[in-house]
Formats: sequence, C-alpha cells, structure tokens
Amino acid sequence: MCRLYRFLILFNLCAYSYAHSAVISINGAGATFPYPLYSKWFSEYAKIDTGVEINYQSIGSGGGVRQLLENTIDFGASDAPMKDEQLEKAKIHIYHFPTVLGAVVLTYNLPGVEQDLRLNPEVVSDLFLGKIIYWNDPKIIAINPGISLPDTPVMIVHRSDGSGTSAVFTDYLSKISLEWKSKVGSGPAVKWPLGIGGKGNEGVTGFVKNSPGALGYVELLYAEKNHLKVALLKNADGNFIKPDASSITEAAAGFLKEMPKDFRVSITNAKGKNAYPISSFTYLLIYKKMVQAKGNKLKSFLNWSLGDGQRMAASLFYAPLPDSLIVKIRAQLKEID
Amino acid sequence: MNSYSGDRRFQNFLRVLSSLVIIVLVLITIYLVKLSWPAIAKFGPSFFWQTDWDPVKEQFGAGAFIFGTVFSSLLALLIAVPLSISVALFLTELAPKRVAGVIGFMVEMLAAIPSVVYGLWGVFFLAPLLRLYIQPFLGRNFGWFFLFQGPPYGIGMFAASVILAIMVTPTITAICREIFKAVPETQREAALGLGSTKWEMITLAVVKSSWSGIFGASILGLGRALGETMAVTMLIGNRNEISASLFAPGQTMASVIANEYAEAGSNMHVAALAYVGLALFVVSFLVNLIARRIVVRLRS
Repeated sequence: MCRLYRFLILFNLCAYSYAHSAVISINGAGATFPYPLYSKWFSEYAKIDTGVEINYQSIGSGGGVRQLLENTIDFGASDAPMKDEQLEKAKIHIYHFPTVLGAVVLTYNLPGVEQDLRLNPEVVSDLFLGKIIYWNDPKIIAINPGISLPDTPVMIVHRSDGSGTSAVFTDYLSKISLEWKSKVGSGPAVKWPLGIGGKGNEGVTGFVKNSPGALGYVELLYAEKNHLKVALLKNADGNFIKPDASSITEAAAGFLKEMPKDFRVSITNAKGKNAYPISSFTYLLIYKKMVQAKGNKLKSFLNWSLGDGQRMAASLFYAPLPDSLIVKIRAQLKEID
Repeated sequence: MNSYSGDRRFQNFLRVLSSLVIIVLVLITIYLVKLSWPAIAKFGPSFFWQTDWDPVKEQFGAGAFIFGTVFSSLLALLIAVPLSISVALFLTELAPKRVAGVIGFMVEMLAAIPSVVYGLWGVFFLAPLLRLYIQPFLGRNFGWFFLFQGPPYGIGMFAASVILAIMVTPTITAICREIFKAVPETQREAALGLGSTKWEMITLAVVKSSWSGIFGASILGLGRALGETMAVTMLIGNRNEISASLFAPGQTMASVIANEYAEAGSNMHVAALAYVGLALFVVSFLVNLIARRIVVRLRS
C-alpha cells in the first residue's frame, strides 16, 4: 500500500510539473524533402528559445496538406504549392512561406564516361517518353562532342512512391514538352511511359548506382552524398548548368518579377544566365489565425529561419532564398495574427 | 453450483474476446468500403480488370496489381514448396538428430529476419546476381520462351518472387516438419517391412499420407506472400503494367498502397487505393476459401 502511495505522489508531481512548464509545443507535418534541414533548424532553434518545442513529422507533402486541412496539426509543409480547390476547403486562410530551394538532378551510371554528360530539354523528354532508347543516340552525341557513349539501352529509373520530387520533375517536363504535357501530365504520382520505379530517393539512388546504363532523377543531396554523376542541363537561356546552391538560387531570382503575392509559383525552366532549370521552392503552410502563444512563437521562428536559418542551408545541399525575396516574405509574415 | 457459475463466466469471457476478433474484421471492412466508396461508385467491378492507373487523369484500375500479386505469390510458391518439402524430409527422415536441430533452428531464424532486411539484401546482392549471371543465362538459352524475354534489369517480377520464396520457406518447412513427424512410426516400419527402399518409404508412407497437410502449409505460405509489402516494393520495380516476361518490372496490390498512399492528394486517388486494399482483402479471402475446400476434399 505504501508503495502505491509513493507512486501516486510521484505521479502527481510529474503531472504538476508538466502542467506548469511553460514550454509550448508546436506540431507540424509534411514534406520529406526538407526534413534534414528542418530537423536541424528546429533543434538549433530550441537552443535559442527554450520556451518552444517544434515537432515535425516527415510524412510526405500530400499527408501534410491533408492533416492541415483537417486541423490536426499546427502547420504543414509541402514541396508543391497547394491547389486552389484545396485552399478553398480550408476553414482558416493558409499562407505559403518559401523556406529554402532545392533541385532535382538527373543522375546516371555510365562506366567509362568521365566527363559530365550534357542534356538538353528535347533529349530529356525524349528519354523519359521512350523515344531515345540507346545511350549512343545521335541526339545525345550531338550535344556531347568528345564523349564516347556506349551502345547500351537506357534504363529509366523513376520514383515509385508519390513524391514532391516527381511533382517538380514532371512539372519541368510538362513545361518543356507539349507531348509530355498531353500524354502524361504532372503530379506527385503519374503514369510513367517506361522505366522501373524505386521507392524513395534512396531507392532510385540504389538502382542507379547498381545498374550500368541507368538514368534517374533524385534530389541533389542524394546524388552528392552517394557520389553519383550528375548531368549538366541546358537552361532556358541556352547554357549548360551544373546544379549547385548558386545556380538554384538564381532560378528563384529569375522569377522575382512574376512572383505572385502568395508565392505559389513553379520556378522550373527559369530564365537567367546561370539558372538551373529543375529548381523549386519548398513551403511551410501556416494558418492566418492561430492560438496567440503558438502564433507568436512560430512567427519568431520563421523570422529566424529567414536570417540565421538560411546560412545553414548550403551545408545540407539546399539553396538559400534570394535576398530580395526574403524582404517580401517578411512582409507577408506581418499579416499573421 | 459455484464452480458451474465460474465455468459460465469463463465461457462468456472467452466469447467476448473471440467476438472482438470478428468485430475488428467487420470494422476494417466497413471502414475500407466507406473510404473507397467514391472509387467503387465510379469504377464499379470493372476496377478489378481495368489496368489503367493514372493519378493525373484520375483513371484507376487494379488489374495490373491483382495480376502482380497473384503471379509473384504463385511463382514464389512454385520455388518454395519443393524446397520446403525437401528440407523438411531431410530434417525428419535423413539427418542425424543433432544436425537436424541446428538446421531446423537456422531455417526458423529466416522467419525472424525483418522484411526490410530481405529487401536490402535483395537490392544489393540478389538483383545484381540476377542481372549479371542468371538472367543473361536464361535469356541466352531459353529466350525463345516468353517468360525469359526482355532486358535483364535484375529488379523485377523474378527478383520479387525469389525473395518471397525465401521468406515463405521457413513457414512451410516448419509445418511440413510437424506433419511428417505426425506420421506414425508403424507406417514407416510397415513400408520398410514390405521391402521398400528408403526413397519408396518416404514417398509411399510419409509424403503420400501428408498431402493435405502439405497443401495447407503452402496456403499459409501463400497468405504471407500475398500481403508481403516492404521487400516486394523494394525489388519488384513498381511498374503498373502486366507483362508476360519474368524479367519485367511489375507491381502488387500491397506495394502500390505502400508507394502512393502518403502522397495521394485527391480524394479519388485515396479512394482508389482503399479500393485496392479492399481487393487485396477479397483476393486473400477467396484464396483461403478455395484452399480450405481443397484441403477438405483431399482429406476425404
């Protein structure tokens, strides 16, 4: 009996301390692509402001949007901006906050080919539509003088799971190829004309790494970490561009003039001398009205992420937002109550 | 009197617990039907044989996945059943007791390996092995046969079936072993007494009388193969298409749900995936029903 009392006292103490601790916890869920950066941000930020604990579950953009619309989380995260019909369903107005930029890169496995392969929009769409079947196709040779390409079939590897990465890549294909747009379209999951599917960035990376002749698309981070070869891609201005932090940031800068007020824009195939054409924003989705205490904490976190947070991006292979855009985002931040 | 009421209470307690199982089953079915209702209303039963799966145009049909599930599972059984029977026979009839203990333990350990580990092993060991040696060999020598045509990716229906076969082998072996053990010793002695060799004794006295049990064991294995998700998703190549070749990538019902559910944006897409879940439910149910019938018939 004595033991039971002791337990009850202990239990009460725990409950008491829990109820009186001032730590506010904010829960979010969504995109997997920015997860490595977000988890670093949230843990770093917890050191600066000990009164807040931000939890993030990387369940995928689609899941994040669904949970946000059902009001089960405090904020969402998505790679692709929400569609109009989704926004109409929301009971409270939802803002899009771009946090960083990412890129989808074309990666390949061609033993014996040392120089970086160059690809242009026509070749990329032909490859993914199945119109170019062999690596030594005249169209590929024409833009890669001096590289001896093997007489092997191209094995296309795509994502099998629905993903923001696929959404960005198919959005790019739809912009550069009318045939792709009408035949396949764009979205997190599409009906691929050919190829095999790997689950997750790591699945595609694994297939490409293990199969000579493979061509796939992954987030820049995965290609860099696994030392995969990355193709240079011809952009809208006609230059062959290597994806890195500066060429991705420049893609966003190229869209500044046309940027809509709510930041919902696709920046694939961007203009700009050095802009990498398959770049995209990733967003945090924030309600206009929140519980006062939570709202204030989240606002100051966002402010921090636009300043100190941006400097952490490059080390994890994300690209920071252009400065001129940050000014606009800070202005939108003031609209949150 | 007192003990009688205790019996009653215990009986009622067990009754409640066992009905809970049925209630959960019913609840799952109701929920699946509710979730998939938009897709059921739109596509109806043709969902089961249509093979077009296009989330962008919201056109859904599960034919390719049903084919993939049934085909990969049956192929896995085709590999696993003879293997399991041989292992079980070796363990019960031929191996010395000590050796049998060690091998039996190791086979059972296979069942304890998580399926994602099977998947990883498949991606990094089995798939390259198939791509570099086995598939080119089959293609060169049996390429005239439709099952062995097409480029050797390594990944695909063949790889998925092989991994499934390895995964269901411990289940089937363990049950076959118990069945063979249950054959009365006198029956073996009778066969030997009539002058049969060891081989004849095994086929006549042991295997022949265990036929319905072996079949039941295979069905249990099939049950696991039908629903297996992770390892298959990693190895099958995830292509929503029916192709005749074993080398081609495919897709199963479980793998398409695992692949697409997290990022399914539209209601119709979610509903179609739930409908696939329902189809998996129905297929497993039918398979079990047919199997039970066959077991009963074999027994009589």
